Amino acid sequence: MIYDNNFILSLGTFLPLIGVLVMLFIPAAEEVLHKQIAIITSGATLAVGIWTLAIFDYGQSGQLQFAVNEEWITVIKSGYTIGLDGISLPLYFLSMAVTFLVAIYTWENMPDAGNPKSFLMLMLVLQVGMAGSFIAQDLILFFVFFEVVLLPMYFMIGVWGGEQRQYASLKFFLYTMFGSALMLVAFLALFYQTDSVSFSIPYLVEQGINIDEDVAIWIFAGMFIGFAVKVPMFPFHTWLPDAHTQAPTQGSVILAAILLKLGTYGFVRIAIPMLPKGAEEWAPVIGILACIGIIYGALGCLAQTDMKRLIAFSSVAHMGFVMLGISTLTETGINAALFGMVAHGLITGMLFFVAGSVKHRYHTLEISRLSGMLIQMPKMGWILGFAAMASLGLPGLAGFWGEFPALLASWNPNEALNEDLFRTLTVIAALGTVLAAAYLLWLYQRTAFGEPSEEFGGGHGGHGHAAHSLSAAANAHDDHGDDGHGHADIHDVTTIEWIAWTPFLIAIVVFGVYPQLMFEVMDPAVSQLVERVNQGIALP
Amino acid sequence: MLLAAEGTGAVGEASGWFIEHAWLIPVIPAIAFFLIIFFGKKMPRGGSEFGIASMVAALVLAAGTAMNWVGSLSDHKKVAGNYEVEAYIREWTWWQSGGTEFGIGHQIDGLAATVLLLVAFISTLVQIYSTEYVRGDRRYTHFFASLTLFSAGMLTMVLAPNMVQLILGWEIMGLCSFMLIGHWWEEKANSKAALKAFFTVRVGDMGLLVGTAMLLGIFGTMNIAEINEKTAAGEFASKNMLMWAAVALFIACIGKSGQFPLHTWLPDAMAGPTPVSSLLHSSTMVVAGVFLVARIYPVFYVGLDINVAGQNFNLIAVIGGITVIIAALLAFVQDDIKKVLAYSTVSQLGYMMMGLGVGAWTAAVFHIWTHAFFKCCLFLCAGSISHTASHHSFDMKKDMGGIWRKMPVTTGAWIASTAALCGVPYFSGFFSKDEIIDSAKAYDYTVFYYVGIIGAFMTTAYMTRATYLTFFGSPRGGAAHFMGVEDHSAHGDHEVHGHSAHPDEAEHGDDGHGAHGHDDHHAPAHHSAPLPFAKTDSPWQIAAPILILGILAVGAGYINMPVHKFYWFEHQTESSIGLPIAHAEEEGAAEGEGHSEEAAAEEAAAEEGAAAEEAAAAEEEGHSEAIYSVPAPPKFKWVNAAPGLILVALGFVISLGMSMAVFGRRKNPFSIFVGLTSKNRVVHRAHWVLVNKYGLDSLYENVIVRAVAHPIAKAAYWVNQNIIDGIVNGVGKAGKQTGDMVYRYIDQGLVDRAVNASGTAASESGHAAQAVQSGKVNQYGALLFGAAAVGAIVLILINA
Repeated sequence: MIYDNNFILSLGTFLPLIGVLVMLFIPAAEEVLHKQIAIITSGATLAVGIWTLAIFDYGQSGQLQFAVNEEWITVIKSGYTIGLDGISLPLYFLSMAVTFLVAIYTWENMPDAGNPKSFLMLMLVLQVGMAGSFIAQDLILFFVFFEVVLLPMYFMIGVWGGEQRQYASLKFFLYTMFGSALMLVAFLALFYQTDSVSFSIPYLVEQGINIDEDVAIWIFAGMFIGFAVKVPMFPFHTWLPDAHTQAPTQGSVILAAILLKLGTYGFVRIAIPMLPKGAEEWAPVIGILACIGIIYGALGCLAQTDMKRLIAFSSVAHMGFVMLGISTLTETGINAALFGMVAHGLITGMLFFVAGSVKHRYHTLEISRLSGMLIQMPKMGWILGFAAMASLGLPGLAGFWGEFPALLASWNPNEALNEDLFRTLTVIAALGTVLAAAYLLWLYQRTAFGEPSEEFGGGHGGHGHAAHSLSAAANAHDDHGDDGHGHADIHDVTTIEWIAWTPFLIAIVVFGVYPQLMFEVMDPAVSQLVERVNQGIALP
Repeated sequence: MLLAAEGTGAVGEASGWFIEHAWLIPVIPAIAFFLIIFFGKKMPRGGSEFGIASMVAALVLAAGTAMNWVGSLSDHKKVAGNYEVEAYIREWTWWQSGGTEFGIGHQIDGLAATVLLLVAFISTLVQIYSTEYVRGDRRYTHFFASLTLFSAGMLTMVLAPNMVQLILGWEIMGLCSFMLIGHWWEEKANSKAALKAFFTVRVGDMGLLVGTAMLLGIFGTMNIAEINEKTAAGEFASKNMLMWAAVALFIACIGKSGQFPLHTWLPDAMAGPTPVSSLLHSSTMVVAGVFLVARIYPVFYVGLDINVAGQNFNLIAVIGGITVIIAALLAFVQDDIKKVLAYSTVSQLGYMMMGLGVGAWTAAVFHIWTHAFFKCCLFLCAGSISHTASHHSFDMKKDMGGIWRKMPVTTGAWIASTAALCGVPYFSGFFSKDEIIDSAKAYDYTVFYYVGIIGAFMTTAYMTRATYLTFFGSPRGGAAHFMGVEDHSAHGDHEVHGHSAHPDEAEHGDDGHGAHGHDDHHAPAHHSAPLPFAKTDSPWQIAAPILILGILAVGAGYINMPVHKFYWFEHQTESSIGLPIAHAEEEGAAEGEGHSEEAAAEEAAAEEGAAAEEAAAAEEEGHSEAIYSVPAPPKFKWVNAAPGLILVALGFVISLGMSMAVFGRRKNPFSIFVGLTSKNRVVHRAHWVLVNKYGLDSLYENVIVRAVAHPIAKAAYWVNQNIIDGIVNGVGKAGKQTGDMVYRYIDQGLVDRAVNASGTAASESGHAAQAVQSGKVNQYGALLFGAAAVGAIVLILINA
């Protein structure tokens, strides 16, 4: 562990609380001010994040850096142990970037329920929980942050959500709580099994390999359910489509980009290194469920009539790839999974942004009612196409580097695992890439291609009208796409949206073209982790 | 390819500035793509200048690379007397995983240099052609952006030193084909064709992803050179696994190269603008699959036991052979000139695959080369006709005929290309196609020899039909207008059957349709100047590329003429096979190069002996030395070529006679066949089967895709909503009911009653507490800790 500059993680994590405090004392009527404060606070947090990136020692990304190891709750031997290594750095930074961009997006896209004060305060608290989860190196601390995330999201969905927000938010909350409970039990069991000395993750990783296999399997089961609900893995995924569909755009983006990753991150950081033998036994189960998730999620997508719900189901499929990578217990697989987490965060986040903006303009996401987006909003149409292509795993865009290495890894899994099973899974998962192309392109064909439907001002002007809208498509300067029929609210991407989205788009291309940027950071930490797992498996 | 061998078999090193900087070739168009996207609309020529400039730059670099390669090879030849020049490989770390690094970069050898040059050259011509052809199009800039990226994708793939980069280029092409085929996406038919192309290819790509994973599993590497080397040396644990890898990868090639049974996307891809078709079907996209087989040929060669004694069939040859025949049959019933060419492409790709399948690597690769020129030319001719003569229609029966008088360049180039396609001697196609057929016979693949010559017969026949319909006979429809004569075909054509309208007909057949007809945005006045010697032909941007390609359709074959024992192309590329050539019979090749025949034969024998010894030694020491080899190309004999050529001549005569009888309504001996499709039931049925494309389309679309997209997906979703989610909701409800019961009977019934009994003040506080307790969160909290307690008990029990 490297203890240099160790203030920076606490600063980056808790900085949003200052904004929350300030906002607390400002009346809710000052909406613009609240938005400004939120943007400034999250911007400052992001600046700390960039600073962290700058001073992170990439030569030693296998080590925990900026580590703090202070006493916290001595009674239960839990410490304030934090640190950042190559595994958590990308996710930690991603959470900051996403929150900042979402705050910007909120500037002109406040959900209908209003009250930016509470909304943004919740979002900042959420950021604390997310960043905290990624830096925590103590199980209790991790658990606390993990739970801190729940409440703001519960309220975001429950207050600012769609028509069935009550049901969706409660389901989200309870399901995750149910998982957390089992997870907590597993943490406690682990603590007692390792002589009740400490909850520190590095310590438990060291000691965990000595736990008997029978016990390890059961403890792993507890963690498995806790994390699997969060990921979500089939068959614990049913909260996700509801939560995603009902959440406000901001909530969906954060949920997709960061929250789901807490589950997969938990597997990589906690469950697998601490309980290698449990992981070995559970890996086939995880692999099979992941594959079912890939196919099943894709089929679910094909059956959807709502664009946002389709994107939500696609998350089930994509997280299946991530889990497949993890279940191989190989460097390539876990690298792929970590890359896939970030890629999925960026890509699906982007898709949810687009869905939100489409809803904002058309007041519906019913696929059959949308058509000819490329004519009415050419730029939006392009962005949707771009994100869809990235999502279906086109090489050269980020999504590919989560999927393809996962397939490579599952064809060549850890030696301790059943090769035939995993090879079968590879083929099934590869079928998932075909289905991904099917549902995304089909979505694109139905929503972006063709002529705009009459309902939204397309077609009814007769032929001349169609020609007009065609020329609008061709004309870069005609940003409004306003066809003179009173549909002024259907406009192309706005400046604020560009600001919020461009970083996503750039990151998808940059990581897609040069994945080594991220692999380089993660690889040493992952190598170490897999080495540790192999040691654990090899022990009698 | 081989490790530096000691002694006589010296291996050369390719070098030169262009070879070392070949990575620039795809990078320049890729940059141009972004320039077009971001700045194209502000440019005076809508971004096409970026595209053309980048293609010219790529062409210059590719030509330089090819020259470097030829130079290295001849230098090496002088020193060592053989053509074994090692590929130049340069890689940068692209991603790493657990100490293994995967690179991006370039690999230059004969094969790569050939295809690079080809792609850059054809792309340049097609872009020049497009400046006129799609002038005034509503998405002119996007068109050039996609076209440029498309070329960049193909160039990336061709340069790939490893499988991952190959996949990158491969998929970029898939994306661009989607964008280009669906260029006029306002029409549902076009967007459907685009979707179909991308999706069908993607089905095949499953094989590419899995096959690559298999290769990694077998060889522990994804570097193409290493894979080839290790396969050739027999360094793999399980041949069975290698076979499966070859099968998986070949599935990808079936999808990409339009082989049976995944060829159905290719004719539909005609929905795109004609320059796209010509680029897609000549040097890029569809040859990618053939290229992949050629690139890692040892994997297929060894994995599928090609040329093993006694083998008469193998997967590649069979698929290729089937494709040759079924596509050629389909070409007979097309009315759309582009569809004839599309099926012809499918059929020719079948030849290439068949060539690779029978072990004729050089012939197949050479066919990539020659085919690109004449097929590109044919498509551009079709576009030229549609642009200038037939009012943007591609229907040969309705809108063409008799235009040869006014379009000399187009007609001349078309006829030269057709002759090349048919394999008329001394046109380029002859040298490549005949060698494929010849090899099939020489290597004992007799069935495929017959497939080859029958295919040649059919090719000639359908091309003669198309040529007659397009250029000769009386002008009809649009062509009649163009030629300034009256349309005599108004009384209907009994050959036209009521088969379903394909996308083009909706698009092209209807030109009174203002915004929807794609080319009609510009009035004829906007046309640029024609070439000075062909004033009534298409404008120069269209005519000049056609002229150049027409010349190459004749001349491109002269770099490898087995008929004159001239093997220049073969020597340039032989080190790319990845396997040594067993030069057992090669006496003639070395003549005129300072060796006597005897000396060459001796040398060959000595080399073989040494190779055998070294192979034995290699097995012990474990270092790579090839133990597999491909046979040397057969010697050309006119006797062997004669049956094929006679059939070609026969095809021409029969088809011409039939065409004149059926379409020209001239009385001749073939007139008895007129109207046979309606008179004879068997013929009618056969015709019906062909018109319906063997029913494959409806099998895929109406059965498989519909089943997955509707009942299966809906069923899965039903399970999701009603069973899985039902359990979740059930548990939630049960929990709530338990909570209610606890509250009603225990909390209210027992605890609260006790509280009540303890007095008013206490009762009030009890009610206060109740308010808190009856909140939902509390109930669930109780549930939560209940669950935790159960879990803890379980754990304690286990540990005990």
